[in-house]
Amino acid sequence: MTTALGAPAARRTARPGGGSVLHWIAVHSIAIALGLMFLLPLLFMALTAVMSDQQTLTTQLWPGEWRWENFAEVFAKAPMLSYLGNSLLYSGLATAGMLLTSIPAAYALSRLRWRGRNLAFFAVVAAMLLPPQVVAVPLYILWARLGLTGTLWPLVIPYLLGDFFSIFLLRQFFLTIPQDYADAARVDGCSEFRVLLRVILPMARPGIAAAALFCFLYTWNDYFGPLLYAGERPESWTLSLALASFRGLHNVEWNLTMAATLLVMLPAIVLFLFAQKSFVKGITFTGVKG
Amino acid sequence: MTATVERAPAASAAPPPLPRRRRRGRHRLVVLGFLAPALLGFGLFFCYPLVATVFFSFTRSDGLNPPEWVGLRNYVHLLTGDPVARTAAYNTLWMVVVLTTLRVVFALGTASVLARLRSGVGFFRTVFYLPALAPPVAATLAFVFLFNPGTGPVNAGLRAIGIDSPPGWFTDPAWAKPSLTLLMLWCSGELMIIILAALLDVPTELYEAAALDGAGPWSRFRHVTLPSIAPVLLFGVVNSVILSLQFFTQAVVGGSVASGAAEVAGHSKNVGWPGNSTLTFPAWLYQQGFRYFNMGYAAAMCTLLFLVSFACTVVLIRRMRSAAGTGEAR
Repeated sequence: MTTALGAPAARRTARPGGGSVLHWIAVHSIAIALGLMFLLPLLFMALTAVMSDQQTLTTQLWPGEWRWENFAEVFAKAPMLSYLGNSLLYSGLATAGMLLTSIPAAYALSRLRWRGRNLAFFAVVAAMLLPPQVVAVPLYILWARLGLTGTLWPLVIPYLLGDFFSIFLLRQFFLTIPQDYADAARVDGCSEFRVLLRVILPMARPGIAAAALFCFLYTWNDYFGPLLYAGERPESWTLSLALASFRGLHNVEWNLTMAATLLVMLPAIVLFLFAQKSFVKGITFTGVKG
Repeated sequence: MTATVERAPAASAAPPPLPRRRRRGRHRLVVLGFLAPALLGFGLFFCYPLVATVFFSFTRSDGLNPPEWVGLRNYVHLLTGDPVARTAAYNTLWMVVVLTTLRVVFALGTASVLARLRSGVGFFRTVFYLPALAPPVAATLAFVFLFNPGTGPVNAGLRAIGIDSPPGWFTDPAWAKPSLTLLMLWCSGELMIIILAALLDVPTELYEAAALDGAGPWSRFRHVTLPSIAPVLLFGVVNSVILSLQFFTQAVVGGSVASGAAEVAGHSKNVGWPGNSTLTFPAWLYQQGFRYFNMGYAAAMCTLLFLVSFACTVVLIRRMRSAAGTGEAR
């Protein structure tokens, strides 16, 4: 299922639809139209971000003057660096903690045999699909008792104890690694821990990269969590949370708002361009087949 | 890739051979060691809060003072005495029906176009997927700006092609939910990639056989493509339903930013603006629990939300289980 995406070219020759030039033109025209639909909003954002604030009040789409300094002005309007620090803290710690605890759990769920393993896997799926709002009330009370509301720790700590989506994704990936290598290592007397460390980890690098990317992006984009725990305390705001109030609180026009929006989008897009393969692989793996 | 439960060989090959019972005990300890942190997390952040939510739903609680038992009063109020909750439930149901349908159909459509391309697949795939990377808050801001009724490029374009009174989008109660739906479709690249993988995975021999039988494009789609990708489409439906049930960020940020309020978006008095048309069930739950601190009432809403989403989860797990049972290995 994943290999198909890696090498679509090999399979394309026998795809349905005939080979006429007309067909080629039709399909490519639709693709280009769709592509414009996906790209134009991003283009308009970028153009607006470098306009003057006067011009954003008009319907002109092309900047009259190119104000690149808008991007710098965003940092002057709001403590963006502090928000950036908070975002990096949340996403970085959560991703590191997730890897440390979810990899062994995924290994036990895919490569060790024990009674109740299937049941445990379905529990992981159920936990992964649970809307975060459902458990918010008791958890909020719990963290408030511990005096941690107003900080991002209530969001980071759960990742130190495994993340269900990551466990699911990693398990799916570990299942695709041939058993023979691990068996050979076991025959040589390796403990399960060494099998995981020496055999599975190096072979599962793309899957682990995908899980880390998704975890990082999910936390980077998270709005509900930071709002719930840090909404009252601007010193703890993340970029996503701050961005939502940027226009209202700082009384700025759309040009600066769009410049800030692009800055918040940037890390995700850069990560994607560098690790496109891992992304596509990881996404494909979430589409549980059967 | 399959969710097939593979048979791991017993970890028995390791010398020196220990007595069977001791070996089994040690194996159990190893498994437990690997699972320990996640097990703790499962108990603390899944089991405990689920049980506690149900308990709180039968109490009046402000989160500070000890909860006071009120029986079914929260549920009675939720089902009969709270017109805003009814509006919120309607809005969420609207998203479940409309967004789920359109999202799956749209993702299938874009994936089909990609599957038919003879050149530039990688390029177009990247372009189609790119918006899915935008953080939800950022994408919402972008759409509120683009669909700004007065000066936004969308309405400027509509006027240019002769539509004199284009819709108010995020500022019109009748158009706010459709605007949010458009936003979600723009960002639906992940589902598209999942469906594309399934489409490319359909054995080409099946198409060739169908073509030999004289099947036209529609017939091929109906009888070859659709049955082959049905499991992935079911995943897409369940995934979209759950996404719609917990729909919060875009609705809250969209309403608040479009209203132009100078407040922290999630704490806005304008949640649900315009006219409660974007007030989703989770948004009302959030207001009740964490703005008004009616935590018992919020817990009752959580329980209701949980029951509905759990029903969807069961559908998916059943599907996975039957596949695991038949050992559908690929």
